Formats: sequence, C-alpha cells, structure tokens
Amino acid sequence: MSKWYGEFQVLRDIDLQVASGERLVICGPSGSGKSTMIRCINRLERHQEGSIIVNGVELADDLRAIDEVRADAGMVFQHFNLFPHLTVLENCILAPMHVKRMPREQATDLAMQYLARVRIPDQASKFPAQLSGGQQQRVAIARSLCMQPRIMLFDEPTSALDPEMVKEVLDTMTSLAEDGMTMLCVTHEMGFARSVADRVVFMDGGRILESADPGSFFDRPQHERTRAFLERILH
Amino acid sequence: MTTISISPDVPARSAPIDRRDSAMHRLFGTVVSSVATVVALGLGLYALSRFADWSLINAVWPGEPGAMCRRATGACWAFLGEKLNQILFGIYPPAQQWRPALVCAFILFMVVLSLSPRQWRLRTVVLWLVGMAGSLALMQGGWFGLERVPTASWGGLPVTLLLAVCALGIGMPLGVLLALARRGSLPVARFIATCVIELIRGLPLISLLFMASIVLPIMLPAGMTIDSLLRAGIALTIFSAAYLAEVIRGGLQSLPAGQLEASRALGLSWWQMTRLVVLPQAMRKVIAPLTNTAIVMIKNTSLVLIVGLFDLLSSGRAALTDPAWPTPYVETYFFIAGIYFCICFGLSRYSMWLERRFKKGELR
Repeated sequence: MSKWYGEFQVLRDIDLQVASGERLVICGPSGSGKSTMIRCINRLERHQEGSIIVNGVELADDLRAIDEVRADAGMVFQHFNLFPHLTVLENCILAPMHVKRMPREQATDLAMQYLARVRIPDQASKFPAQLSGGQQQRVAIARSLCMQPRIMLFDEPTSALDPEMVKEVLDTMTSLAEDGMTMLCVTHEMGFARSVADRVVFMDGGRILESADPGSFFDRPQHERTRAFLERILH
Repeated sequence: MTTISISPDVPARSAPIDRRDSAMHRLFGTVVSSVATVVALGLGLYALSRFADWSLINAVWPGEPGAMCRRATGACWAFLGEKLNQILFGIYPPAQQWRPALVCAFILFMVVLSLSPRQWRLRTVVLWLVGMAGSLALMQGGWFGLERVPTASWGGLPVTLLLAVCALGIGMPLGVLLALARRGSLPVARFIATCVIELIRGLPLISLLFMASIVLPIMLPAGMTIDSLLRAGIALTIFSAAYLAEVIRGGLQSLPAGQLEASRALGLSWWQMTRLVVLPQAMRKVIAPLTNTAIVMIKNTSLVLIVGLFDLLSSGRAALTDPAWPTPYVETYFFIAGIYFCICFGLSRYSMWLERRFKKGELR
C-alpha cells in the first residue's frame, strides 16, 4: 500500500500482515509515517495505491465497508479526543446507542463494565476536563472497547501524558493484550514493546525497514537505521 | 550570589496598601481631579433633578384628562394610560384585544418554558410549532364565531413578538444548515450557501424588506398574493439566518479536528457526528456572539414600519396622532424603549447564565 499527501509520498510499498490476536508495536522517528499507516487502517486517512483488508473487508470508497471496518477497529489517540461536553459515561454510551442502536440501560451496563475494567468506574459522572491525563486516556480506551472491537489501534497513547501517568495507561493496555485483543500500537515505550509485543515494526521514511520479534529486534537489529534509532532512545 | 530564594519559614509581609488605588484618592487626589469631581457631580445632580421635575413632580398621571397635559410642564403619563391598549395592540379591534393579549402571554410563557436546557427536546419544539399555529389562528379568527381580523389590522407587541420568534426560531435552524453547507464537502451546497450568505449580508435589511414587499408581488403570477406580514417575516428570517450562519460557522471552525476523528473512528455517521458532537460544542462556543445577533434582530423587527406594518414602535407612533391629546413623543418612546430593553436585557442575562451553566462541568 502507498499513500501521498499531494506530491509527497508518506507511505511507500507498505506490506504488512497482522494475525488475529497478534500484538504489534510500531516505532520509528517522527515523520516516518507510522501514525499515518495505522490511521489508514480505519480510513481516517485514504490510501491511493494497493489494498487494505481488515477482517476480510477491503477498504475502498464503499461507505458500508468503511463503517464495517470502523465497527471492528477501535482507536485511541495521543490527545484522547474525549467529547468535552459529555460526561465520562455519556462518552462511553454515545456510539453503542447511536451506531449499534443499543438501549440506554444495556449501553450503560456495558460502559460501567469497561470503566471498571480500566479501573475508573467511580468517575463515570464527571466531565473529561475534571480528570487527569492518565484517567482521560483510560476513559478513551473504555470508550473504544464499548463498541466491542476485534482490533485496537493505539496512536501514541502515552506521548501526551505526564511521566507518572504513563504506567497506568500501559498497565491497562497490557491487561488488554493479555485478554487476546489484536493490537497495533504506535509507541515509543520500548519496555512495553519488549514485554508485551509479539512483533516490533520499525518504520523510517514511509517504509517498513524491519519487522521482528522483540528479542531479535532489540538485541540483534538488522538495519543500521534501526540500530541508530534504538541507541538514541534506549540511552 | 542567590538570585531567587524561596523559603517556607519566613512569614510573608502583607503588601502595603497602595493609597493611589483607593476611590478617595482617585476622585480627590489632586486639585484638578477634585475640581473635575465636584463639577461632574454638580452637573449630574442638576440633570437628575431636572429629569425628576419632568418625569415625577410636574407629571400628569394616568386618570387625569388629556387637557391637563397641555398645561402641565411635566411628562404626560396620562397619555400612556389612555393609549396603552392601542400602543400594545395597534388597530386590532378593541373588543377583540383579548386575543393578541393571550398570544403575547403564550409566547412569553413558551420563552420562559424553553429557557432551561432540560427542555431542549422534541416535545418543546412540537409545542412551539403547535402553539404558534394556534396563535396565528387565534389572531386571524374566522372560525368558531371568532370575528375575522386580517393581518393588516394586526399591530403592536404581538406583531413584534411574532416577527422576532419567526426570525430567530426559523432563522436559527436555517442558519445552522447554511453554516454546515458552507463548511461541508458538497461543492454545490457550499456554493449555494456561500452565495446566499454573502448576498443577504451584502444588502441592507431595509432594501430586503422593500424587495419582499414590492418586488416579490410583481414576480409572482397574477392573482397570487402573499400576506404582507408573512413577506416581512420571510425577509427577516432569511436576513437573520445569514448572520446567524456566519456566527455558527465561527463555532464550527473552532472545533479541534480530533473531535471529528474520534467520532468517525467510533463509527458515527456524518449526521450523528454533527448532531451529537459537533453542533453541541460549536453552539456553546458562540453563545455570546449568537446573543448579540439575536438582540440586534429583535430590534431590527421595528424596521417593518417602512413597509407599512404596525409593530410595537409604529403602533406607538400611530397612537400619537389622536388630535384630542397633545403629542407626548418622549413619553411614548420611553415606554416602548422600556419594553425593548426588558426583552433584550433579559436575553443578555439569560445568555450569561447559560454560559456559566455549560462551563461548570467542562472546565477544571
């Protein structure tokens, strides 16, 4: 798959297969196209060449296919993107009620279940701005889970957090991984990559340069660019 | 050398009170400001006492005959008492004036009922639509033995309220649609919305009212007529829609792109995203400028007098033509201004309350 912004090619011949239940960490320097790539997977960005197939559904201009893929793929953003005018609970039940036409009581039960899972059920009636960054990101994860997706996409979920709050979000993601969720995480948290990922993908200049299990990725990086990158971020 | 030293043990000295900040110092600190204060105070008191002479002490109060007004040097409040119904209801047949009174009461009741955001739901909209249709039917009459009163005989406060409710109540949803179309991705809709907004905003309201009352009937096929009140209502509605659309577009623009991305990632359709995520946030951001436009539009309704309709202001002017009375312009305008002020000031306070209410939950 390839993608251009006007004349500029952001993604070059991306070829990636992710198995069901696989945990993938995508890393690379900024501007390498990693966020753009996972944003293509639920069609927040449109690709121009090649094909993207999610659970057997090919993403093209067909709106129904896009809706189907979005229902299957939850997304967590760097800046949480919670709806500030709604309470935590309302954030969580919005999509189930309006996209899945779930009755309010059932959506509320489901939301409380997932809020308990990210360990903030007691904040359900607060507004996002009343919570800390880490709490907001956990609400964002719960909000995605309420749509009961089969794939979770994480776009630098801890980059906008205070250092102290990174752990609570990573713990939530780890517990999600342990339950067998298919996950694609763009992140610079190498500790998380080493302990949770099945595979680490390194991108640079819109290409996938290296793709390996964490053991060989961190200990025996093949590509020189990867080595330089790891040296810089692992100190 | 220490540049900054912060220590918890040293008690903070309370800052000395700066005498230059006190009101006393500002008013009487120097010879010049003392003189200025005394002169300004003297002028103010003089003006106030003259006004009190006119409006209270030498005034002719309701119940006293009109002839008194010719001799008195003060305000002729008796005129307002005598002509109250005519100012409020225009040339509507006096025996039937309970009908416009009822309509005014109903509109005010509905406005008060709709103030709380809890009432912003379908039921209230239906109540408004049914109520307004009922109000128009009651004003018009011609059924159940009610005397038929053509719109040409309507006047005063109900006309002002009907026009304002129409211009804002229909203009607001229309403005939302125009703003969405102008910001949207459909080229045709965007082009049409941009043309409508720019065209209407480029015209003075007076010319729009003239066009609606003079040019429109010429353009219609022979024999077909549109009521002149309706034509003015349409002109005001389109005018306010164009202005409201631009205010709302400002709100739409201020929304971060992440909100749209999150909505789409959750699978919301365009319409669901707009209704549930975009508009609630965009409208909250522009409460202050929306109120501003609404207040201007309420006062703009008084311009219908140039196409021969009798709103509150022109009914007041018409009442002044009675030869049995002197013509107390100032008193009449005071009274009418008072009504406009109550409506507009109330709206302004309401919008401030609304802003505070919405901010409470959202901000830390």
